[in-house]
Amino acid sequence: MREIMIVTRENLINLILAALLLAVPFAAEAFGQPFYVTLATRIAILALAATGLNLALGLGGLVSFGHAAFFGIGGYVAGILAAHAFSGDPLLFGLSGTKQMWVIWVVAVILSGLVGLVIGAISLRTSGVYFIMITLAFAQMVYYFAISWPAYGGEDGLSILVRNQFPGVSTMRPLTFFLICYVVLLLALALFALIRASRFGAALQAARQNEVRVATVGIQPYRIRLTGFAISAAVTGLAGALFADLNRFVSPSMLSWHMSGELIVLIILGGTGRLFGPLAGAALYVIFEYALGGLTERWQFFLGLILLVVVLFARGGLLGLLAGKAKHG
Amino acid sequence: MVEPVLQISNLVKNFGALRATDGVTLDLRPGEIHALIGPNGAGKSTLIHQICGTLRQDSGAIRFAGQDIGSLGVAQRAQLGLGRTFQVSSIAPDFSGLRNVMLAVQAKQGSSFRFFKPVMRDRSLIDTAMAMLERVGLTARARIPAAELSHGERRQLEIAMALALGSKAFLLDEPMAGMGPEGSKSLTRFLDTLRHEAPILLVEHDMDAVFALADRISVLVYGRIIATGTVEEIRRDPIVRTAYLGDHA
Repeated sequence: MREIMIVTRENLINLILAALLLAVPFAAEAFGQPFYVTLATRIAILALAATGLNLALGLGGLVSFGHAAFFGIGGYVAGILAAHAFSGDPLLFGLSGTKQMWVIWVVAVILSGLVGLVIGAISLRTSGVYFIMITLAFAQMVYYFAISWPAYGGEDGLSILVRNQFPGVSTMRPLTFFLICYVVLLLALALFALIRASRFGAALQAARQNEVRVATVGIQPYRIRLTGFAISAAVTGLAGALFADLNRFVSPSMLSWHMSGELIVLIILGGTGRLFGPLAGAALYVIFEYALGGLTERWQFFLGLILLVVVLFARGGLLGLLAGKAKHG
Repeated sequence: MVEPVLQISNLVKNFGALRATDGVTLDLRPGEIHALIGPNGAGKSTLIHQICGTLRQDSGAIRFAGQDIGSLGVAQRAQLGLGRTFQVSSIAPDFSGLRNVMLAVQAKQGSSFRFFKPVMRDRSLIDTAMAMLERVGLTARARIPAAELSHGERRQLEIAMALALGSKAFLLDEPMAGMGPEGSKSLTRFLDTLRHEAPILLVEHDMDAVFALADRISVLVYGRIIATGTVEEIRRDPIVRTAYLGDHA
């Protein structure tokens, strides 16, 4: 954690980003603009999902084009558990659903982590373009499964009538729900920072830089990557559960390849492998979506242009521009 | 006789109709430098790949440190203490030299599945790694990204990593390649001391280095060992002279 404690330009920028994200919803509430609270919540949740992907993509160099699968699985866990709690029908093995967020989170983390383990175990036998394609293929399988499964809404999706509950607070209050998401995001960022600085993180990052080197010192890159991929999937799954609660709706669109692409775009915009890259990217993305979306329906055209500029001229993303090159110690 | 550290017997590897390794038998004894020489295309690289596990032999056996390693993967062989350097240095370029060596130290210590303790506050990792860097004379450059190290420094870094593994044998693939005359000389001096740590299988084109260092030399031509012997025996061998050494002897 030492490099996090030291005052560097990057840490300062991270602090400002975190403070801004916290300040906006309070200001919005004060000025009676609850819409902006929702916008900030959306940023926090997308940043959380991208922080999950950042573990695989940023640290491990694993370009997963299938993280929507985990995001959607987290979403469906929230939706399905809530639906069963509402109807009273037992779920599996006589277990009932639940409206408790923290139970939903635990289930979402475990389930998406396990699915990540399975998808990773197969996908990580390939690399490069094949890895991208095989993760995409798995996500599409989950997507079409959700569409063709009528029990939980199929193509139409599944509504969560009342937002799930968290002990001691009213989650229906937008600001409260934002704070829950914000704290979860900060915890995930702390986890990312810890992992990045750890032995496991060292091996994961080394495997990105030079797989042969890692094997030559006696560490099996496959195991390291698989573990990293599963943790990455679990964090993105957690974000999916929150996203479903934000919208009080989950549909197969959360599982679509657009979502996978969006998460990659967030990371590239913000800065690949940077601690606050996902948050910077998510903030930029949501602000573009909102600001440009108000001006033109074709806002994604302009997002494409911006992405082009970032890839050509600012490969470190927003954090690369503001804080300079990443330091690896 | 002492048991060899590395024992290769009747190794065969075919690529289609090409027999790249043709019944190679070779051993590496404690404390020696065994040089493997041969013209380009003789199959030296193929042989090395089989020893370190990136290629699987078609038949034959490889024993290392008292066990059959012929079916183990690269990482498992490294764990047993097979330290290697590459013709083109293989390093993690974004990491500093120190962090490169720390990676080897953490592998040697056992587990890379530790998620919370920061490596940069782990004295046992840092101190051991620094000691290895000091042995290869890279202390002053320890904290520079490995990508910015010179060719020779990267070679030193690779050796530091092999040392950190506690290697029982070193497999050095053309360590002199791309080194200037000064660099070659100092590396030769260093390798001369390294043999006391663990025996070295040295694949090398630089004949000055080979003749200066080797206790024994094996000559590989078209996938076959055509001669094995001391420096003097190899220098005098008429077959070797026509096949490879030419005017160098």
